[in-house]
Formats: sequence, structure tokens, C-alpha cells
Amino acid sequence: MPTDIQAPEILYGPLSPMLIVFAAACIGVLVEALAPAARRRGIQVVLAVGGLLAALVAIIVQRGARTLTAGDAIAVDGPTLFIQGVLVVLGVLSILLLAERGLDGSGGAVVARASTTPGSREDMRLADSDAMQSEVFPLAMFSLGGMMLFPASNNLLLMFVALETLSFPLYLMAGLARRRRLLSQEAAVKYFLLGAFASAFFIYGVALLYGYAGSVDAGKIFDATGDVGSNDVLLYLGLAMLAVGLLFKIGAVPFQAWTPDVYQGSPTPVTALMAACTKIAAFGAVLRVFYVAVGRDQWDWRPMMWAIAILTMVVGAILAVTQTDVKRMLAYSSVAHTGFILIGVIAVSKAGLSGTLFYLATYGFTTMAAFAIVTLVRDSSGEATHLAQWTGLGRRSPLVAGVFAFLLFAFAGIPLTSGFMAKFAVFQAGTAGGAGVLVVVGVVASAVTAFFYARVVVLMFFNEPAADGPTVAIPSALTATTIALGLAVTIVLGVYPQPMLDLADQAALFIR
Amino acid sequence: MLGAAPLAAETIEYVAADGPLSYLWLLIALPALGSAILLLGGRRTDKWGPNLACAMTGAAFVYGLISFLDLRGRAEQSVDLHLFSWIPVAGFHVDAGLLFDPLSATFVLLITGVGFLIHVYSLGYMDGDPRKRIFFAYLNLFVAAMLLLVLGDSFLALYVGWEGVGLASYLLIAFYFYRPTAATAAKKAFIANRVGDVGLSIAIMVMFAALGTTSFEGVFSNAGALTAGTATAIGLLLLLGACGKSGQFPLQTWLPDAMEGPTPVSALIHAATMVTAGVYLIARATPIFDHTETAALVVSIIGAITLVIGCIIGCAYDDIKKVLAYSTVSQIGYMFLAVGIPGAGAFAILHLLTHGFFKACMFLSAGSVMHGMDDQVDMRRYGGLRKYMPVTYACMGAGYLAIIGLPPFAGFFSKDKIIESAYDLGGTRGWVLGTVALLGAGVTAFYMTRLMVMTFFGNERWTEGQHPHESPKVMTVPMVLLAVGSLVSGFGLLYVVDLPQWLSPVLGHHEEAGPHTISVVVLTALTLVVVAGGVAGAVYAFGRRPVPTTPPVAVTPITVAARKNLYFDSLNESLLMRPGQYLTRALVFLDNRGIDGAVNGLAAGIGGGSGRLRRIQTGFVRSYALSMFGGAAVVVAALLAVRLGT
Repeated sequence: MPTDIQAPEILYGPLSPMLIVFAAACIGVLVEALAPAARRRGIQVVLAVGGLLAALVAIIVQRGARTLTAGDAIAVDGPTLFIQGVLVVLGVLSILLLAERGLDGSGGAVVARASTTPGSREDMRLADSDAMQSEVFPLAMFSLGGMMLFPASNNLLLMFVALETLSFPLYLMAGLARRRRLLSQEAAVKYFLLGAFASAFFIYGVALLYGYAGSVDAGKIFDATGDVGSNDVLLYLGLAMLAVGLLFKIGAVPFQAWTPDVYQGSPTPVTALMAACTKIAAFGAVLRVFYVAVGRDQWDWRPMMWAIAILTMVVGAILAVTQTDVKRMLAYSSVAHTGFILIGVIAVSKAGLSGTLFYLATYGFTTMAAFAIVTLVRDSSGEATHLAQWTGLGRRSPLVAGVFAFLLFAFAGIPLTSGFMAKFAVFQAGTAGGAGVLVVVGVVASAVTAFFYARVVVLMFFNEPAADGPTVAIPSALTATTIALGLAVTIVLGVYPQPMLDLADQAALFIR
Repeated sequence: MLGAAPLAAETIEYVAADGPLSYLWLLIALPALGSAILLLGGRRTDKWGPNLACAMTGAAFVYGLISFLDLRGRAEQSVDLHLFSWIPVAGFHVDAGLLFDPLSATFVLLITGVGFLIHVYSLGYMDGDPRKRIFFAYLNLFVAAMLLLVLGDSFLALYVGWEGVGLASYLLIAFYFYRPTAATAAKKAFIANRVGDVGLSIAIMVMFAALGTTSFEGVFSNAGALTAGTATAIGLLLLLGACGKSGQFPLQTWLPDAMEGPTPVSALIHAATMVTAGVYLIARATPIFDHTETAALVVSIIGAITLVIGCIIGCAYDDIKKVLAYSTVSQIGYMFLAVGIPGAGAFAILHLLTHGFFKACMFLSAGSVMHGMDDQVDMRRYGGLRKYMPVTYACMGAGYLAIIGLPPFAGFFSKDKIIESAYDLGGTRGWVLGTVALLGAGVTAFYMTRLMVMTFFGNERWTEGQHPHESPKVMTVPMVLLAVGSLVSGFGLLYVVDLPQWLSPVLGHHEEAGPHTISVVVLTALTLVVVAGGVAGAVYAFGRRPVPTTPPVAVTPITVAARKNLYFDSLNESLLMRPGQYLTRALVFLDNRGIDGAVNGLAAGIGGGSGRLRRIQTGFVRSYALSMFGGAAVVVAALLAVRLGT
């Protein structure tokens, strides 16, 4: 007997930010097909930035929304909106970085035509042209749309779809570097292979959880954890598999191996997008899974997450010490930061949640600005990312080096920077949540991280510049805006963090 | 006997500022602004900067005069100007505010008035120095800090100014920093001052711990609540601070070395104003010292010791600025002696003011002599200068007559009052302190006469190619004005202004109580006889025969000791410096081997671990995937283990 399938109710208002971004991405595809080649880039930038700003307006309009919609598959609540808000602002900044073309000849950081064989004559010719693969903008928009959906997914299958939506464009974008194309393509393939591997874990975990709870809704799984009789081996197996998929995305040890290679090979604006936005979105999903779906079982998954957090902080900090490439160093530093943020996650409290959200926001802006600065330091072969080339940069370009030093201090968590307030927030939540040991490890690890940040500062300011050192390119307004905004947020949240802390505090409540 | 009515018995309240006094902050802001403009403006301000600095100080003087006249017309003579809430932490509340009362008004006039004259003098003296602008910037900085010191309405605000003048003094002593002696002298001054500053800061902490406040109003109102021990502790710690700043025993050795700075600096900072900050501090804290006879007595004893030390060493030096410096040490000793005597605080301030005039006058005259003699400071190389520098001679003469205390010059009134008050203490202490002060006057007359004789009289012992000449007007006019001050300020302040009465709201009333130990007339006559003896002795020793150009070797042991600063430098060296050096060496050893060893070992360990861990990062996707798989297995195992464990 056929039953009527009830069409789920869709609340378009709460969904509007995501719909706007996806719509802008789809229009971007049409632009690629229809608009004349010479004008595509300009149209794409305006479209992407416009779409993201419109989404920001929609988020502000929806700021009070606390609702489940689309058959309980999507949860629009405080954490979702907070993360989406941060994502679209950072998205605008990364679009600006992608649109920059004043630094590398007349092209940008993105390759002219991705399909040419690296090193071929055609490739050489195109390398100095001002053409670019302008598909990168719709790709970035799709990815950002996926990122916005990721933490909003209340349904694990939808979360998987979001995961793939955000990942596929990133795999492609990672291979689009104009310089050192082989390295870039290698990064893309590695990222793709490992990402697919992680996705397999994720989807298998979803299947096992379905077997356990009979549903893939986070709320239903939560209800099932309350039943004494169910077979919880399935729960733990499923949760472990799911966790592997998510921990891969946030770059936690031992699932971090892709980070340095991919961060180094990708075009730097894409790295900035990955480092800032992907991490924020993935942490949003981690929070939803661990706070909403299995919040009741925190005593069971905490030891595992403790171990992961400690490993992540220690390995990230220690490995960063011997890095000789700025982008790889920042990659390992992002691993260490993942560990610090996990302390907030493990607290499983309102303070932990708001601290995590605050940390994500501060970290995103500082990271975005730091990678933007990396794009400025160049020599004849492109970006000069080897640390030895940064020697004495403070003598040549005190402003750029000074800003970078400030951002590094923020990473290190020196007071009067946002990094200090963020670390303080999660450490405080961790201590209150009984994770004192974890906090001690966190403090020790941040002392180790301070070493290699300070080493770069010393290198830039207290050493004589090399004769054939790199030059600092004068950025156009696009990159300058990104750096200025990232720096401003880093300063303001360090000096006057209260409004943002209040905002994160108000947002820190999930709905089931 | 003089008696002092206790001041702290009544609650002290300051009235809020209004009228012209609402802009008191201008007094500090004007020179501070001048300093900022000169320092930040760079070379662009080279041309007009020094004039601006003079104008700023002059404007501050004019405003100070207006404020002073306004205060004279008021019934309530302690006016407080609240500026802003400085440190508003729960349980600890400090307001930044300024206090304008008779004492601070007096100091404001001295600082800005003498300061202005010395600014003008420096226009001529520093002419041609490539860093003239910097000099004026520091000078303005000093004036601003000194004004903050005397205007602050809490010990904390005073402390800020206190450190500020220390900094300015350091910068100015080291103005010729390329001379190693100047750099060393600046360092010495700074370190000796730090020793004192520690005392002051601990005193402030004790006040806060005992009374919960650091404002003058709060501390003085509740001074009665202090236990005798606490009051004595605070008093002695304040005294330590004062000794550091004012060059008193046992911290006096930095002051003569500070003469390495340009002469106007010696005149303004190391004679007329900054070094008297210690006297200001003790006078300001009178309500505390009223509760601790012990600390007050120690103040007087320190003053007496210092005045003797200064006199003796002053006789032995040939460097004109060092002689003046030791005479400063000695004269401030007089002030300490007086400020420690209950009820005689006003005479200390009186002597401070007259000293400000005559010592500044003498320093500027000495500077004028040096200006004409190619920066020669050795008095054995002077001689017969009165013919060539008549104005300088006259000014120096006025200062000289004032310091030895010849009526009607200023020093006569102020020093006489101090000697009188000391004897009036009665008992053994009165006799001892009074006699020391009396004999000190005689020795002062001796060495100051020596200075005059060796410089302006006798045969000409100049080195080759020197052509002494009178200084330009821009230098001599301030000198003349200060000389006039040296002449009239004593009588004027004591009888026209009636300084003791004017200062009584701050320092307490003093009444003529009972008969004097020695009647005033007898004592005055005795003092004059002693002084005349000193003068005659000096004329006999140095005026009758030519002065040798090299210091004689066959001299009394006292002279030998005096030439070596009575061995105080050696004493400091063996008592403080050497043990300090050994301690430092031991600590450095411990730091290098122990702490650095541990730190470096740890860092090396982390670096090594990092290098080893790096090898895991092979670059092969297959090994990454394997590590992920292993990680996943561990995660699964961990979760299941927890489940099985429960």
C-alpha cells in the first residue's frame, strides 16, 4: 500500500544565507559559460563578493533564528549562524586575495589554464600572460556554501553531502597554483586521495550509527543514547569512524599528515581559505556531532579526545620547530591550534562552546592576514617562502615585517592580541570542565610554539638582510584590505574583546 | 623653646579648585608639551626650539604667579584639583589630582622662576652645541616632572614625578655621553637614586598596607592611627628616598660626580631644585614625622653628618664645580637638619629658597668663568679674574656673601634661624646639633673664601692661549637677577612675606615658646665671629702667597682623606660594589650552567625530537594513509576500551 510522502516544511528565511551563496555559485558557472572571457574575472569577483555580503546581511537578519527545518535535516541555531557569519566575512577576504593580480606580473596566484602540461611551452607562455582560470571563484563559492552547510547539518547524511560539497572544490583549487605547478598538483592529488579515504570512514560511521539508532538525525541518535537496551558497540564503532572523518578535516594528529604538503603546494590564497574557513566549518561539524548527537556519552568519548588533543598540540608544536618553509610552519602551527581549540570542545559546556567559537573567529582572521602577507614576499620565481629568505625583512620593509610579527605574536598568544584572549577563553573553559591536565599541556605546548614564532621575528628584525633577498611587493587595495581587516580584528579582539565574547556567549546554544 | 602644634590631630580636607586654579594642569602640561615638540619635531625645531622651551617655562612661571596670587587671596589655602580616576580597581582607588597649597605654590615659583632664568642663560651657554635642542627638550622635561613632583596630591603622583626628575637628571648628566666620565657619572647618579627610590616605594606600600590610601589627604588625616613603629618605619623609608634624591649621607657621592653635566644643569637640577626634592618630601610628610620623634631625629642627625662631610671635602677640591657641589651637599644638610626639628620646617624651606637663589647664582657665575676660560674648571689655573669679568665677579660675590651668611644677604637670615632652632631643641641633642651647624658655617666661610680668592684674586695662573672675557648679556642678565635674589630674598621672605606664617597650614604653627637656649643676639654675634674666623683663615692660607698650579703633596691626613671624598667611594666600593659583583658573577654562573643549561637542554631535546618526528612526514600518500588507518584503529580501540572498561 503506497503511503503519501509528506513534503517536509522548508523555512526559507533561516536557509537564505546558504541559498544566496549557492545561487551566486550557480550563477558563477553560468557566467563562465556565457560571459566573454575578458570580462569574466571582474564579473566573478563582483558576483562572489556581492553574494557573500548579501549572505552576511541575511545572517544578520536571521540572527535570532533557532529552528530545525527541512525535515529536521538542517539546524539553524546560534553556533550555526555565528560560524556562518565568520565564514562569509573570511570568504570575502579570501575572494579578495584570489582576485589580487598586482603581485605576480599581470596574472594572479591562480594558473592561466589548469589543463596545460606543467613545463610545456604552452605553459611557459601562459605563465606570464594575464589570463587566469576564473572558475576558481564559483569553486570557492561552492566550497564556502558547503562549509556553511557543514555545521548546520543536523542529519548525518546531509553532513556527508556538505563535507563533499566543501571538499571537492578545494581539491581542484589546491592544484591551481600558477607557480610550482607540479608541487601544486601533487598537493591536490594527495589531498583528494586522503580526503576520499577519510570520507569513506565518515560514511561508514554514519551507516553504523544508523544501525545503532535507526536514524541519522542527530536528535534521534541523542534519544537513542538514552535507551539502556541498545547495542552500543555499534554506537562506539560508528562514532569512532565518524570522528576520523571529522578529525581529518580539522587536521588533528594522527590525521594531520596532509596539512603541510597541501598548505605548501596550494596557491596561497587557497591555503588561506583552507586554513581559515575549512577549519572553522569542520569544527562547527565536530561541535554538532559531539555536543548534539553524542553529548550524553561525553564520559565515553572524552578519553579518546583527550589523547587526540594532547597529541595534536604536542606534535604540531614540536614539528613546527624545525620547519624551514613559512607555509609549512604555518601549517604545523595550525595543527597545534587545532589541539588548543579541541580543549574548548572537550569541555562540553556553554563556556567551552563559546570559547571555541571565539577562538575560531580570532584564529580565522589572524590566519587570513598571515597568509596574505606570505603572498607579498616574493622573488623572481614567485613567493619566497623559505624562511632563510625572510632574513632581515624587518630592515627592508618594517611595516610588512612588523604586521607579520604582530600576527605571529597573536598566534603565540601574547596579551593584547586576540590570540591571548582566545587561548584564555578555551583554557578557562577547560579548567572549569575538569581538564586541568589538558590545559597544562596546552600552556606548555604554546610555550613551544612561541619559540618558533619568536624565531621568525628574530630572523626578520635582528639579522642583516641577504644581498639577493626577496622583495616585498606593494599590494593592491584587495590584499591590503584583507591584511588590514585581519590585523584590525586581531588587535581589537585583543584589546577590547568583550562585545565579541558576548556575541559568542549568546550564540552558544545548540538546538536538538 | 619652639613648640609645634601637632597638625595631624585635625582631619585634613582640601577644597576643590575653581577660578584660575582649575587649570593647574597647565603648569605641567606647558613644559611637557615643549619637551614633546622638541623631541618629536626633530631637526625642524632646531632653530626656534630652544626659544620655545624658554617661552614654555616662562609661561608656566607667569601662570604659577597668577595662581600664587589667587591662593594668597583665599581663606582655604589647600586647593585640590581632581584630574581623572587613575587606577580604579576594586578595593584600590587612586585618583590623579593636583594639590596647590602654600608649600607647593612656593616650590612652583622657585622651579619655574629659577628654571626660567636658567633656560635663558642656557641660550647663551649652549650656543653652538649641535645638540642644543635636545638639551632644552630634557630641560623642559625636567621642569615638567619636577612640577608634577611638587603638585601631585598623592604619594603615588609624587613618585611619578620623582622618577621623572631622576630620568631627566640622568639624561642631562650624560648629556656629553661620549665622555666616559659623564656616562659613568650618570650611571652612578641613577643607581644611587634607585637605592633611595626603593625606600620611597616601600614607604608608599607600607602606607597603603596600613591606611589603604596613598593620597596626602587620606594619609595625613589618618596619620594618628599609625602605630609608633609603623610611623617610624615610614619616616625612615621616606628619609632613605630623600637621601638618595638630595645627595645626603650615605648616598651623597653621586652628586659631585653629577657635575659632569653642562653647568646650567648643575645650577638648576643639582643645586636649586631637584636635589631639594628630598627636603620637600620630608616637609610634605610633616604630619607623619609629627608622630615619630625617632625618625625626625634621624633626619636631623643625617643632615648634621652630611653638612660636616660636605664642608670638609669642599675644602680639598680644586675643581670649581665640585667645590660648589659639595657645598650643595653641605647646605642641603642644613635643610635636613632643620626639617627634622619640630616646628623648624619653615626655616628649612626658607633656606631652601635662599639657597636656590645664591647657589644657582654661583653655579651660573662658575659657568660664566668656565665660558671665558675655555671650559677650564681647575681653580689653580684661574686667578685675577675680577678685572676681566667684573659682572661675573660681582654676581659670584653676591652669592658668596649670601652663602657665608653675611648680613643682609639671604643666607644670613636662613642659616641663622637654623642654628638658632637647633640650639633651641635643648638638651644634649640641641647643643650637639647647634654646635655642628655653627662650626659648619665657619668651615663654609673658609672654603668659599678659598674659592673666591683662587678664582678672582691673586696672580694669573692661566694656561697658554686663554683670553678671559665677560659672558654675553643673555648669560649675565639671569646671573644679575639671581644675584639680586641672593641679596634680598632672605629678608624679603622672612619679614615681608612672612614665610613661616604662610607655610603654617602645611608645616604646622610654631610659636615662640620660652626663652632661647642662647639669646638671639649672642648667637648671631657668635655666628658672625665664627664666619669671620673662617674667612680670615682662608685669606691667610691662600691670599698671602701665590697659589701653586699643582696641588701640594705634603698635606694633613684630613686633606688627603677629603681629596678622596673621605673614602666614601672606596667604602661603597668595598661594601656594596665588590660583594655585588661577586653575587652577580655567582648568579651569572648559576644562570649559565644551571638555568640556561636546563633551558637549552630542553630546547635541544625538542629540536631533536622535531627532527626525528619530521622523518614520519615522508611525502608519500601511502604512508600518510597508513598512519591515518593506524590512527583510526587506535580511535576505535580507545572508544571500545572505554566501553568494555565500564
